[in-house]
Amino acid sequence: MKILVTVKRVVDFNVKIRVKADNSGIELANIKMSMNPFDEIAVEEAVRLKEKNIAKEIVVVTLGVAQCQETLRTALAMGADRAIHVQTDLELQPLAVAKALKAIIDKEKPDLVIMGKQAIDDDCNQTGQMLAALLGWPQGTFASKVEPETDKLQITREVDGGLETIELKLPAVVTTDLRLNEPRYASLPNIMKAKKKPIETLTPEQLGVNLTPRLKTIKVTEPPKRKGGIKVSDVAMLVDKLRNEAKVI
Amino acid sequence: MPTLIVAEHDHKNLKPSTLHVVAAAKAVGQPTTILVAGFNCSEAVKAATSIVGIEKVLHADDAAYEHFLAENMAALVVKLAKEFSHVMTPATRIGKNFMPRVAALLDVAQISDVIAIESADTFQRPIYAGNAIATVQSKDAIKVITVRATVFDKAPATGGNATVTKIDGTGDSGLTKFIGQELSKSERPELTAARIIVSGGRALGSGENFKLLEALADKLNAAIGASRAAVDAGYVPNDYQVGQTGKIVAPDLYIAIGISGAIQHLAGMKDSKVIVAINKDPDAPIFQIADYGLVGDLFQIVPALTAAL
Ligand SMILES: Cc1cc2nc3c(=O)[nH]c(=O)nc-3n(C[C@H](O)[C@H](O)[C@H](O)COP(=O)(O)OP(=O)(O)OC[C@H]3O[C@@H](n4cnc5c(N)ncnc54)[C@H](O)[C@@H]3O)c2cc1C
Ligand SMILES: Nc1ncnc2c1ncn2[C@@H]1O[C@H](COP(=O)(O)O)[C@@H](O)[C@H]1O
Repeated sequence: MKILVTVKRVVDFNVKIRVKADNSGIELANIKMSMNPFDEIAVEEAVRLKEKNIAKEIVVVTLGVAQCQETLRTALAMGADRAIHVQTDLELQPLAVAKALKAIIDKEKPDLVIMGKQAIDDDCNQTGQMLAALLGWPQGTFASKVEPETDKLQITREVDGGLETIELKLPAVVTTDLRLNEPRYASLPNIMKAKKKPIETLTPEQLGVNLTPRLKTIKVTEPPKRKGGIKVSDVAMLVDKLRNEAKVI
Repeated sequence: MPTLIVAEHDHKNLKPSTLHVVAAAKAVGQPTTILVAGFNCSEAVKAATSIVGIEKVLHADDAAYEHFLAENMAALVVKLAKEFSHVMTPATRIGKNFMPRVAALLDVAQISDVIAIESADTFQRPIYAGNAIATVQSKDAIKVITVRATVFDKAPATGGNATVTKIDGTGDSGLTKFIGQELSKSERPELTAARIIVSGGRALGSGENFKLLEALADKLNAAIGASRAAVDAGYVPNDYQVGQTGKIVAPDLYIAIGISGAIQHLAGMKDSKVIVAINKDPDAPIFQIADYGLVGDLFQIVPALTAAL
């Protein structure tokens, strides 16, 4: 099978972000950027399916600024075969990303698309579901286990009450949850090899999609700060505070 | 134009999150219809008729909605949506699954995890694990919204008197099939609805040691939560995870035990009314947001706390 994996370049999960003074967005200058952690899990899953000889080819796709090439190189070093970069400086929102991905998928015709469940910058948790809708394909979101068969796929999903197993007809869109796998680090030889793997660069115009954002961001602000409290010396004092001061027990 | 709420329920009872969404919809200030799509779900329909603030209940009863498969739910909601200016549902796993599908089929944006409704077209939502709040405006004809339930009050469950209209379903897509589920069994309150949560981290060291938290939770009639590290290590099931990518909770009392306080964890619990942290590291970030911090070894403190209650 042919697998398409999407990867987004986001602020690294370890960075404590700051809101810009003019409330127009987040301070991004000189900040460490990484592959969205859920997308690392998506790449890893595809690579494992290739190692099991279930997948034949893995194509990774990203949309965004020129530096997104680095994210694609990381995915190639993890084991993807080739990459597509839709290069744009526009602000990207899930519906626009889904439309661009659909245009690519109409051409690439993968059997399976694996995406992250959520980008940890916008926290939207939408793009995979939207893409599946636009394609008219089934979706398996929040996957913690993916078991392909010939023309279908069984996936286990992390749901609010526990786990759920569903069967999807292929082609399908799957989004990853944290327990699906533990992504590998690319080895140095693989990082070197990845430099020779092909990256195709496209413009939104070439895809014939309009990426203009639908939602207008009016402002970005700091959340209300929570005041730190006090340290209590022992259990007795804690119980007293909870009973008589906070009155929550 | 009116607002449509897609109810979350288990065919018998409405989930509390549904009542929070009804309260949120009030801020939009329009007549509100609620859709109960399920299988043999007349009890849930009946419950929906008595919510204060609901004028109409749409009842779709079909095996296709038994497991709320996204493809089937989305087809139905899309068919109804044209009559409404706003479509809202809780930002739970079910809502997050089908709602973006609705938005894409309507060719509109979805506004995820809304925490404030400023006007009919302007909303606030958290980004970057809640470390920033974006105010966004939608000019789309239909606003498709998932609501962060914890920040809105609950609409009264009784006192309303809505009319019921039975509607046809849109059938089964044939794309996905429900195979089975493995739900965590618990006598405890549901995590997102609990008044008190006792939450454990990596420091617990094993699933067995979570029994310490259970004893404490029994005393407090609390739910049990966990950090990602505790879930990843297999100490507790995935549905215990609190945080940016787990469940968002806001109980009256949240007791974080052996949890360091990573931003991804704080994202899920920092709206709790009172936070207690128990951690042996006096510099653990969790203390920066805790109302009451107790520095020490959880294996001594937790049994002592349980005994003191
Ligand atoms: C994409 C992504 C999404 C994530 N989503 C989430 C999420 O939704 N929820 C979440 O929780 N995390 C999430 N994380 C993980 C998060 O970054 C942290 O790794 C995680 O929260 C750490 O869990 P912890 O606090 O239990 O473990 P640790 O950070 O290891 O902390 C353990 C704490 O226990 C204390 N301790 C040790 N022994 C004792 C003892 N005997 N008594 C008392 N205290 C003791 C230590 O001092 C330490 O502070 C996510 C990460 C990523 C990359
Ligand atoms: N600009 C992008 N480029 C590539 N993939 C993306 C992009 N935006 C979103 N995605 C994919 O969609 C997933 C969910 O993103 P979101 O809906 O924004 O939370 C991410 O984990 C990615 O796999």
